Amino acid sequence: MRAATLLSEGRFASARVHFWRITSMHSDPNGASAQWTLKGLVRGARDALPIVPPTLVFAMALGTVAAQKGVTIFEIALMSAPVFGGAAQLASMEAWNPPLTASIIVTLAMITAVVNMRLLLMTASFRPWIGHLPWWQTYPTLLLTTDASWLIAEKYRAEGGNDPSVLLGSGLMLWVIWVPATAAGHVLGALIAEPKMYGLDQVMAIFFVAMLVPLWRGMRKAVPWAVAGAVALAVQKILPGYWYMIAGALAGSVAGGFINEPE
Amino acid sequence: MNPNDWISTPAFIAILAMTAMTYLMRAGGFWLMAHVRITPRVRRMLEALPGSVVVAIVLPGVVKAGLPAYAGLAGVVGIMIATGNQFLGVAIGVGLVALVRYFGL
Repeated sequence: MRAATLLSEGRFASARVHFWRITSMHSDPNGASAQWTLKGLVRGARDALPIVPPTLVFAMALGTVAAQKGVTIFEIALMSAPVFGGAAQLASMEAWNPPLTASIIVTLAMITAVVNMRLLLMTASFRPWIGHLPWWQTYPTLLLTTDASWLIAEKYRAEGGNDPSVLLGSGLMLWVIWVPATAAGHVLGALIAEPKMYGLDQVMAIFFVAMLVPLWRGMRKAVPWAVAGAVALAVQKILPGYWYMIAGALAGSVAGGFINEPE
Repeated sequence: MNPNDWISTPAFIAILAMTAMTYLMRAGGFWLMAHVRITPRVRRMLEALPGSVVVAIVLPGVVKAGLPAYAGLAGVVGIMIATGNQFLGVAIGVGLVALVRYFGL
């Protein structure tokens, strides 16, 4: 009897929480519920235009590295279409050394997961905006989320916009560039017989560091990066394979959680 | 081109696994938000992740490559701070790697 009461109380509590969530989901700061429009789609695509040149450079760099790694053009295009994440794909190339054993495949999946974990935060921030739309509309759109399209959508939202098509439009625009540009980079990369002579074996490191510079927010915020680097170097000496990447990244992340407390 | 050269089975499995992980992250945050609260600490952990990932992936390879890589990285950091132009930064960085190697340093 007591257990039954507890159960029903628990049910009531969770129902209340659920109700609270639904109401808070609907109380969108930008007013009326979100609606899809063609106009929004075009606006999203247009807002993505400034990101097209860096996306091209990134895709070409990835294609070049893939060609050096012996990844076929079909494989890299097939990866680019659904994964659609430059950092994750480029990072995976570091571990992509044939023959692809089961342990390398697990490493590749884990690298992708760790690199893309930031997308959790981004798509979480969409919940109050598009949480009330049907799942078959939201989830396909979410699968096109990139750093750039998230930023575009957040900026658009900050300006009072409410049309989810902007998110979809910017995602589609970048996707249409991303996949063929990776293939084009592969064609170019395959033409270069001595990549090392031209410094191309360091393209990945240099490209990543170019991404890191705008992320600089002072020494304090960079402590996790130092932790990540130190742990990566240490683990590389101890463990075989590519565990150092995952260990370093997770160590840096944990450090960030504990070190970057607001003053 | 021989159709057998298009894609290898392990590569296909690897791409499937990478796709699954990416989709888990893309849909996961949105889904989680309705079911759990993202605490400030978890938020800070996720915010520290992108930079940590980059350093953890890049640093061991750079240390192994030595001086040419250090020169290239110094170049790209300098250009990025001065101009913020990613294309220029990457081009100069890669060029410096090649240059330092050419002089056998």
